[in-house]
Formats: sequence, structure tokens, C-alpha cells
Amino acid sequence: MSSAYWEHFPHQADMGVRGVGPTREAAFVQAALAMTAIVTDPEKVAADISVAISCEAPDDEILLVDWLNALILEMASRHMLFSRFEVNLEGRNLHATAWGEAVDPERHQPVVEIKGATYTELKVGQRDHGEWLAQCVVDV
Amino acid sequence: MNPDKLKWVSDYQWRIEPFGKMRVPAVIYATEGLIREMDDKVYEQITNVATLPGLVEAAYAMPDAHWGYGFPIGGVAAFDADQGGVVSAGGVGFDISCGVRTLHTGLTADEIAPLKPRLADRLFAHIPAGVGSTGRVRLNAAEMDAMLRGGARWAVERGYGSEADLERIEEHGCMAGAEPGNVSEQAKRRQRDEIGTLGSGNHYLELQEIVEIYDDKAAERLRLQLGEVVVSIHCGSRGLGHQIGTEFLREMVIAAPSHGIELPDRELACAPINSALGQRYLGAMRAGINCALANREVITHLTREVFADLLPGTHLNLIYDVSHNTCKQETHTVAGQSRRLYVHRKGATRAFGPGHPALPAELRDIGQPVLIGGSMGTASYILVGTEAGTAQAFSSACHGAGRAMSRHQATRQWRGRALVDELASQGILIRSPSLRGVAEEAPGAYKDVSAVIEAADHAGLARKVAKLKPLVCIKG
Repeated sequence: MSSAYWEHFPHQADMGVRGVGPTREAAFVQAALAMTAIVTDPEKVAADISVAISCEAPDDEILLVDWLNALILEMASRHMLFSRFEVNLEGRNLHATAWGEAVDPERHQPVVEIKGATYTELKVGQRDHGEWLAQCVVDV
Repeated sequence: MNPDKLKWVSDYQWRIEPFGKMRVPAVIYATEGLIREMDDKVYEQITNVATLPGLVEAAYAMPDAHWGYGFPIGGVAAFDADQGGVVSAGGVGFDISCGVRTLHTGLTADEIAPLKPRLADRLFAHIPAGVGSTGRVRLNAAEMDAMLRGGARWAVERGYGSEADLERIEEHGCMAGAEPGNVSEQAKRRQRDEIGTLGSGNHYLELQEIVEIYDDKAAERLRLQLGEVVVSIHCGSRGLGHQIGTEFLREMVIAAPSHGIELPDRELACAPINSALGQRYLGAMRAGINCALANREVITHLTREVFADLLPGTHLNLIYDVSHNTCKQETHTVAGQSRRLYVHRKGATRAFGPGHPALPAELRDIGQPVLIGGSMGTASYILVGTEAGTAQAFSSACHGAGRAMSRHQATRQWRGRALVDELASQGILIRSPSLRGVAEEAPGAYKDVSAVIEAADHAGLARKVAKLKPLVCIKG
């Protein structure tokens, strides 16, 4: 089983985020990192301040969209970027902590604001060799 | 898109007859060249829209149509509430009432030339743009609700903007039927300090020179003169609109089966207009429209402050303000009958023809101004609604060029610094907090807006009046 990683995939106007990992939790963490990477290099973001996030959804896919949208709300209303995530899933209940810091335009050189996570190209599931994938397009 | 999949109606109009679950046809306004450039997703999405209940006449795609969320961007669809019609959060989009306004400066490009770098620097410093930027106005709970109810009128009453502006804004600057109580606390939290901010991505403030006039009468009425500099502002309802879109999209996805709606794509999430959820969304979405109108009005005020400081005595009069992500209740004639319909325009501009009562008296005989934004190095256009357009696509026209390549491709092809230097050598000054952002928004990453304008003009959706060339661009 491979280790966890994230990547972007193309969309004509916006950007796709994809997280892959040995567990559903790991894939959700990687998808969140991919989202930060749309805005800035996650390595430039200090994990100083923690924010607790909880959500609940009728299925895994809506849960991924809810998770990313909860992060977008915190990023926008607190003017923060996040670089470290811990996700616990119990069925369709998500309890997570995100660590980050306030946006510093000089240091982070933020590229674009994220408007929302969408249901486009939305997939959460296990691939043939057992690794979990969590992906969707985000509107920027 | 392969044009062989479509039925040719004219050189500027193509049709898809109903098949499968489509209730009405789909119509695409474009040249064969634009059709060939269009993503196949436009075909899939516009035919999906045509399956929605209560859709009247046809699902329409504008010449700049491209792959959106549920609806194509550049999509128009009108629904009849009494025939089970729906309102769709996806059909309005995340950036509710995103739009463009253009202002006169009364100055020529020659007069502005020596001050261009200072104007660029001062506008960039004075108008908050980019990720994490905050506005000058902080809204408490009562002021938030007043803003969501009052739109641009709220801004004017608070000393941002002028009374004369309101006549030149759709809905006279204030969307009726807004229900701030239907907007969540989260959405309001996102907006607390975002009024008067430009945002990021394809949003901008530009100084532009009028370089061509195509219609003397309309140009005269709009007081557009060759060589004059105008200011254009492109932005929307900021975090509040995004949050309303996010929350209602989710609720409509989950509630669709209980309303007996089968969604071919979850992004088409909708609810019957005559349902509690549909009505709640309409109230929130209209509050989102007011947020966008207030935002553009406050940015206009900030722009005027910079001009007053650097060029005392300058008056920046509003030519017009259009919104291109909305659902509005309008009266249209369908098969000889006047009907009240809920018209969704997703990445499409309202283009009422001459004589429409919603137009300001002094512009009523030329039709509604249609403001089409370009991208940094490329031209923008001013058009007006036409009589012919009244009978097509519920008086709608295109809204911009649309992307030709993804952000990833753009950053592989261009470097921000080199692009800024290259545009500067062409006399176009760019100011942006992010060089990667500039690369992602490279003019070459967008389609040729001129081809889109020609198609809209020849199809009769709107008539071109003037072409604008960018001089200064403040990018979010």
C-alpha cells in the first residue's frame, strides 16, 4: 500500500484537488493539503494556531465537500491558511483539527481565494489496491 | 465540441432537439469556430439543464459557454413557478451577482498618460485586493442586515457613492425580496470585513481607453468618446455569496428526492420555486445580489477618492452596472403570451431591448448596456440589448471570454514577472499581490473575446457599441 500524497487535476476554469492515502482519514487530510497548495506552498505555512472542525453528512462524498467547505469558511473568516490536519471519522461524522497561521501576503504570496468545494468530479472510495482516494473540483 | 452533434439553424445558432429526459430543446449561439473550441461538457451540461421541471422554451448557451458546475457558464434558463418550475443554486453559481460596472472619467488617455504609474500604485494601495485582504467598513449584525436589504442604496445612504449611480444599476441598485434572515451566520461571518474588497481570481479593476466606436447613436447616448478613459470594476458578492451558494447547493442536493426531482448531476441542485426551500433560497440569493451591488458601490467610492486626490475635479459617473450570476423574476413574451418567469443567468448578462421599462429613462431607446470584460491584455466591450434579442434567450447575452486553458497549463506556459514586464512594454500596467496569480490569469489563457462579441452581435443577442483597451489593471 502506498503512502499518502496529494495532487491537483485540471478543470477548465478552476482546479481539482485529490488526496490519496492508506485510510479514508489520510485521503481527507491530503485533499485539504491539496486545497492549501492552490493558495500557497503548504511548507510556508506555520502550524501555530489550531481550529476544531466537526461535520456530519449522509454519505462519504458529501462529507468530503463539507470538510473542505468548513475549512474554506475558517480560512475566509479568520484570514488563515492551514498546513497540518488531523481527521477522525466515525461513520459519517468528522471531527478534525486544522493547524495554521494568519495570511501573510508578503511571505505566502497567496495566489487565489477559494470560493467553495463543489460536487464536480467528486469521488471518495477505495481504489483496486486498497488505497483511499478523496477528490473534487474547487471553485476559485 | 463536434458541430455534427448539433442541428444548424443559422451561422450563429445551433439546436439540440429533445432526447432522453430532455423536456425542451437546447440552443447554442455561436459560430462553428466557437462550437469547435467549446468543451464537450457544455453539450452534456446544457442538455442536462433541459431536463429540469418547468423549464420554458429552451435551455440556452451563450457564445462564451464553457464547462461550469451543473449549468454551463454562459447558460440561460427560465422557469415557470406554476408549472413546477425550479430555482437552482447551481444555476446561479457560487459568486452570486458577480458583475461589471463601468464609469466615465471624462479624461483622455493622453491626459492620464503621465499619471498612469501613480494612479496604478494608488489604486492598488487604496482598494483591498487578494487573499486575506479586508475592507475599511466593518459591519455589525444590524448593519449587515441593512446592507443585505439595501444593496447599493445602503452604500449611498452611508456616504459611499452617489444617488445618481442608483439609476444606472440593475434593479436601481436594490434587489427587492431580499431576506437577510435566510442568510446563515456563517455567511455573514465571512462578510464582516469584506465589503469594498475586490477578491481574487479573474476579478479586477481596470482603467481602459475607448479605442473603437461601432454604433454612433448608442455611443453618444452613453457619452462614449474615442480616446476617453473609463474605469471598469469586475467583482461579486465576496464570501457571503460563496457561502450562500455552498449551503443551499448542499441542502438542495439532499432535498431533491423529497421534491420528486431526479438530478442528472448533483451540481444542478434545485428546488421547486413554490417550496419552502425554493423561497428561502430566493430570499437569501437576493440578499447576495444586494451584497454584490453594495460591494461594487463601495469600491467605486474608493476609486473616486483616488481620482479626487490625484486629479482634483474629476467626476467618475457610472455608465452602467450589470450582474452576470443571478436568478430574477421577469416578464417575457412566450408564444405571444406574457408570462412571469424566473430567469437564471449563469455567466450571462441581461440585455433588455429598447423600450424596456426597467431601463433608466435616458437609455431606454437604445437598450440595456451590456458590459463584457476581457482579461488584462485583452479588450473589453460595451454592447446594448436589441429588439431581436427580446425574442431570443430571454434577453440575454454573453459575459466574457471564458478560459481556453486551465490554471495549471497557464502557469507552465507563463511566468508572472515576465508577463507583467511584457504587458508594461505594451503600455498596460499590472498591479497584483501575486505573480503566480498573474500567470494563472494570463491573457493567453483566455479565449479570443472578440470572436465571442462578433457571434453575440451577429446572432442579434446584443449590438456592439465600443471596444475598450486596458491601460492599468489591478488584479486581486
